[in-house]
Amino acid sequence: MSTAPPDADELERRAGEFLAAHDPAVLDPLEFLRARFDAGLAWVHHPEGLGGLGAPRALQAAVDRRFAAAGAPSNHPERNGIGLGMAAPTILAFGTEEQKRRWLRPLWTGEDIWCQLFSEPGAGSDLAALATRAVRDGDSWTVNGQKVWTSMAHEARWAILVTRTDPDVPKHRGMTYFVCDMTAPGVEVRPLRQLTGEAEFNEVFLTDVRIPDAHRLGEVGQGWQVSTTTLMNERVAIGGTAAPRESGMIGVVAALWRDRPDLRTPGLHDALMRAWVEAEAARLTGARLRQQLTAGQPGPEGSGAKLAFAKLNQEISGLELELLGADGLRYDDWTMRRPTEVDFTRRSPGYRYLRAKGNSIEGGTSEILRNIIAERVLGLPGEIRVDKDVPWKDLPR
Amino acid sequence: MSAPASDPVTDHVGDLLYGEVEDDLRASVREVLGDKAPWTSVLAGTERDAPYDAALWHAVAAQLGCAGLPVPEDLGGAGATWRETAVVMEELGRSAAPVPFLTSSVIATAALLAAGERDLLGRLAAGDAVAVLAVPFSTAPGDEVPGVEFADGTLTGAVAAVADGLAADVLLVPASGGLYAVDAADAHRTAVTSLDMTRRLTDVEFAGAPARRVADGPDAVRAALLIGAAMLASEQLGLAERCLDDTVAYVKTRYQFGRPVGSYQGLKHRLADLWASITQARAVARHAASCVAAGDGDAPVAVAVAQAHCSAVALKAAEECVQMHGGIGFTWEHPAHLFLKRAKADSIALGTADRHRAELAALVDLPPA
Repeated sequence: MSTAPPDADELERRAGEFLAAHDPAVLDPLEFLRARFDAGLAWVHHPEGLGGLGAPRALQAAVDRRFAAAGAPSNHPERNGIGLGMAAPTILAFGTEEQKRRWLRPLWTGEDIWCQLFSEPGAGSDLAALATRAVRDGDSWTVNGQKVWTSMAHEARWAILVTRTDPDVPKHRGMTYFVCDMTAPGVEVRPLRQLTGEAEFNEVFLTDVRIPDAHRLGEVGQGWQVSTTTLMNERVAIGGTAAPRESGMIGVVAALWRDRPDLRTPGLHDALMRAWVEAEAARLTGARLRQQLTAGQPGPEGSGAKLAFAKLNQEISGLELELLGADGLRYDDWTMRRPTEVDFTRRSPGYRYLRAKGNSIEGGTSEILRNIIAERVLGLPGEIRVDKDVPWKDLPR
Repeated sequence: MSAPASDPVTDHVGDLLYGEVEDDLRASVREVLGDKAPWTSVLAGTERDAPYDAALWHAVAAQLGCAGLPVPEDLGGAGATWRETAVVMEELGRSAAPVPFLTSSVIATAALLAAGERDLLGRLAAGDAVAVLAVPFSTAPGDEVPGVEFADGTLTGAVAAVADGLAADVLLVPASGGLYAVDAADAHRTAVTSLDMTRRLTDVEFAGAPARRVADGPDAVRAALLIGAAMLASEQLGLAERCLDDTVAYVKTRYQFGRPVGSYQGLKHRLADLWASITQARAVARHAASCVAAGDGDAPVAVAVAQAHCSAVALKAAEECVQMHGGIGFTWEHPAHLFLKRAKADSIALGTADRHRAELAALVDLPPA
C-alpha cells in the first residue's frame, strides 16, 4: 500500500477491479453495497475501513458515475438525506473509532435510516435555546423533551440529537450531542401534517429515554460546536449536490415547455429563460463549491448555495403552475400520508409548488442564512444579543 | 450513490478555481493598478480629452505583458489562455481602468487569431499597437453588422458607438461579408460623450478608406464577440466585487443612531444576497472563460449564461454601492458613479441580458411562444 492518496486513475482502476469481481446483475444489492463500502469506494474521502481510501473528495463524482453506468444498486440517498448529508460527516468529525465503525457502514448502505432531533417548538432559528434535557445517570443519560419538524422520524433507526445538559450556563455552552436509538422505550413519533397535506415531518416526544454515554458525540458541553458541523453540512447537502444541467425543478419545467407548445406565452418564456440562467448559475456554483471543498470541511459559503436553491425552487415551481393554466388549479391528493422519501420534484406540480415553500425554512431560514453570510463572510456587526451572557435557565421564553 | 447518466458536453465542468499562476498574475496587475489607477486618477481622466490612460496602458499591456496573454508564443505572445486573460479582466473591472484591453487585447486579438493574421497580431500582443473591432459596442455575438461596403480596395460607410475607437491605431471593420483592417488615421472619427467615460465611444465614418482584407466570412467576428462577451463577464465580476468590498467597508464605519449602519438587517441581508450573487457570478464567469480557453463546444451556452447573469449582478452591485453610501454615494467626489456607469454600459455592451437569453433559448431548445 502506497502512502500517497489514490488519484483518479487509481480509483478508476479499483472501481473497475471491484466491478469485475462483483457483478451487480447477480449480487444481492445489500451485499453489493456492503462490499463497495468495504472496498473504500463509498465515500472515497473517508479513511480506509470507514468507506473510503483517503482520496480527494472531488473524485467521488467520477466513482459514482462509474458505478451508476455499471448498473450498480443505489443506496437510495433520497430516503436517507439526513444520514448521508448530516449524520455521517458529524460522526466522522466527532465520533470515536468505535462509533464510526458501528454506525457509518449501515448508514451508507441504507440499512439504517437516520433523522435529526434538533428543532423544538420553542427553538427554531434560535436552535441554541433548546430545552430538551439530558441528565447524567452513571453510564447513561436520561432525556426528556419534545422535538419537531423531524423529517423521516417514522422511518429512522437512529437520530442525531442535541440536548441541554447544563441550564446554569449561557445557552451555547450547556449543550451536548448524542446519537439516539429511535427504537428505545420513551421515543414516540407522531406525524405532523404539513400544508401539502402529507406528513413528511414528525413531532418526536422523548420521555425518560435512556441513552448510553457511549452514544455521546463530542464532549459534554460541546453540543453547539458539533451541531454547527451538522448544519454546515446540511446546507451543503441541500445546495451543493452534484448535478447535470437541467436537473431538478428546471428540468421538469423545461420538459413541459418542450412538450406543450400550446402553453407558451412571451411573458412565461422570459420567466423560463431567467429561471434557466439562474438554475445553471446555481449548478455551476455548486460545482465550484465542491471543487473548493475537496480539502476540509465546508465553510459558510454553503449558506449561499442553500439560499439560492430555495429561491430558485420556489420561483420555478410557481412558474410551473402558471404555465399549466387550468391544470395548475388541480391538486393530486390532500390525504394525510407519510412518505418514505424526500424528493422535491415528485408528485404533482401543485405539490411541488407547496413543498418548495419549506425550502426557505428547513435547514436554516433564508433570513438566518443572510445573517450568517453578513456576519461570518462579510464581517458585518452581529445582531444585538440580549441573551449572550445570561444562563439558559434565566432566559425569557 | 446513484448518479444520473451524464452528458459529456453539457455536464462537463472544468476547473473553476484559480491556479497559482493566476494568483500571481492578479497580484501583479492589482499592484500596478493600485499605483497607477487609483479612483481619483480614473475620475480625473474622465474629464480630460485623452481617450484613455496611455501610461497605464503601457504598464499593463507592454510592461506586464498582459496584451499578449492569449497569443501563442510563436506569434509573439505569452502563450497563456483566455483563463489568465479573464483574471486581468477582473482586475481591470475592479478599477474601471481606462485602457483598451477588452477592445484590443481581447476582441481584436481574438478576431485576428481566428483569422490567422500574424503581423498586426504580433504588434497587439507586444502592446505596440491598439486595434479595435469597428462595430457598435452593443453588438452581440452573431448579430448582423451592416453599414460598411468594400469596393475597389476601400471602405465606405459609417459605424456608430465603437468602443475605444479613438484609442485605436487600426480599425478591424466587418464589411461586405469579410473583415478588413484600416489605418485609423484614414477614418473620420468623432468622439462621443459617453455614459461610461472610462471606456469611450467613437462614431466612425469611412469615405474610401484604403483597406486590407484579413478574413473571409463572419466567423472571425463571431468568435471575437463571443470571446469578448466571455471576458466581459469577468470584468463585471471584478467590478461587482469591488462595489461589494467598498460598500461593506463603508457600512462598518458609518454610524447612524449610535450604531454602524451595517448592523441593520435592512442592509445586511441585501449585502448577503449580493455576496451570494457574486459567488454565482464567479462560477459562471470562470466556466465561460474555461470553455472559451478550451475551445469547448459548450462555449456559446456558457457565454450566454455568463452574460445574462453577470450583467445583472454587476449592475446590482453598483446600484447598491450608490444607495448604501447614501448622500456621499450620489456625489461626483465618490467613485461609486464610475462603477455605476461602467456597469450600466457593460450591461448593454456585447448584447443585453435579454439578447443573451434569446440566444440561449435557441441553443438549449426552449423556443419562444
